[in-house]
Amino acid sequence: MSVKKKNWPLWEIFVRSKNGLEHRHFGSLHAADAEMAMENARDVYTRRNEGVSIWVVESKNITASNPAENGEMFEPAQDKVYRHPTFYHLPDEVKHM
Amino acid sequence: MSEKEVKNTWAERSRSLEEIFEARIARDEKIEPKDWMPEKYRQTHIRQISQHAHSEVVGMLPEGNWITRAPSLRRKAALLAKIQDEAGHGLYLYSACETLGISRDELYEQLHSGKAKYSSIFNYPTITWADMGAIGWLVDGAAIINQVPLCNTSFGPYARAMVRVCKEESFHQRQGYEIMLTLCRGSEEQKAMAQDALNRWWWPSLMMLGPTDAESVHTEQSMKWKLKRKSNDELRQQFIDQTVPQADILGITMPDPDLKWNEKTGHYDFGEIDWEEFWQVVKGHGPCNKERMTARINAWNNGEWVRDAAMAHAEKNANKKVAKAS
Ligand SMILES: [Fe+2]
Ligand SMILES: [Fe+2]
Repeated sequence: MSVKKKNWPLWEIFVRSKNGLEHRHFGSLHAADAEMAMENARDVYTRRNEGVSIWVVESKNITASNPAENGEMFEPAQDKVYRHPTFYHLPDEVKHM
Repeated sequence: MSEKEVKNTWAERSRSLEEIFEARIARDEKIEPKDWMPEKYRQTHIRQISQHAHSEVVGMLPEGNWITRAPSLRRKAALLAKIQDEAGHGLYLYSACETLGISRDELYEQLHSGKAKYSSIFNYPTITWADMGAIGWLVDGAAIINQVPLCNTSFGPYARAMVRVCKEESFHQRQGYEIMLTLCRGSEEQKAMAQDALNRWWWPSLMMLGPTDAESVHTEQSMKWKLKRKSNDELRQQFIDQTVPQADILGITMPDPDLKWNEKTGHYDFGEIDWEEFWQVVKGHGPCNKERMTARINAWNNGEWVRDAAMAHAEKNANKKVAKAS
């Protein structure tokens, strides 16, 4: 009996819909290698001219933040109101600022 | 703390997590894969999303039957494109489902073993070209009614997949209706063929929207999680109300002597659905259940050497690159 072979790894697909816009996450798919991931991404995610550029990244190479730690991660930004222009009070006569 | 105290504290903690979770959904916040979620939410979503994915994939089979016999190049190109879209829909949905921590292999295994269901409509045969028209018009039509509310469902990856799916479905329904229109404006025989297809697909299409509300087990929970926004019976009524006038334009009639406009309710009244037939097909006794499953299982098994060869090729290339670099 043959040994159970490895499954095709998972890839995350990013598509730039037109020049001037950033690549956006479109979804994922399985493929044996990057080249096949690219071909499959073309067929799965850009059948109607949805893109002009594709990035494929093997999912295991992505490090994601943990939503359970969103407090420590994002709350420090919440009390720094002085990072916003409305924090600074100027007289109404001051224009263009 | 005693063991019992620990257990109680844990139960309390998870209860409050669950309350926070339900409140988020009530506020129309989306749930993303790595967020905490109740186990039941995860399981229900795996079941529904995978069932949906399987339906897209098995749904390619009845139409695949007519690709080589499409009456013109225009029809053939359209049918091929439609079926390719359905493969895409299956892929978007499998990917969304996998974010819940189940592998593609497990999902296929559930389909092949019969543990997972797919839409019972795909267990009916496609015996004439008019069936390609009736499927696009009625089956994709009913699917759209089911799917549009899901674009706002609570689980982010599912909602995003549905937005993409819904964008593509409109062409499916229109190409089907155009086939019907062409047949109905053709010879007597062609029009009879269209009528025959409507006769066979009408009732199964109504069943596609699910059991009546009285029999539907999941509705209340599904409403809360926005997996459902309207009940099966409401969706069915909506489908009937919008489809009957379309049949009038074709000049063919629904196979239902009780179907008539009700001034008072502002809806069509319709005859009794044969739910016994529905449950028989769900349980595996439809005309094509065996054929469909055999086709899927064979595709998977016969493709194994291709998957293995592609993987071996990829590994060999990767090793070559490493050898070159060192
Ligand atoms: Fe579809
Ligand atoms: Fe479709």
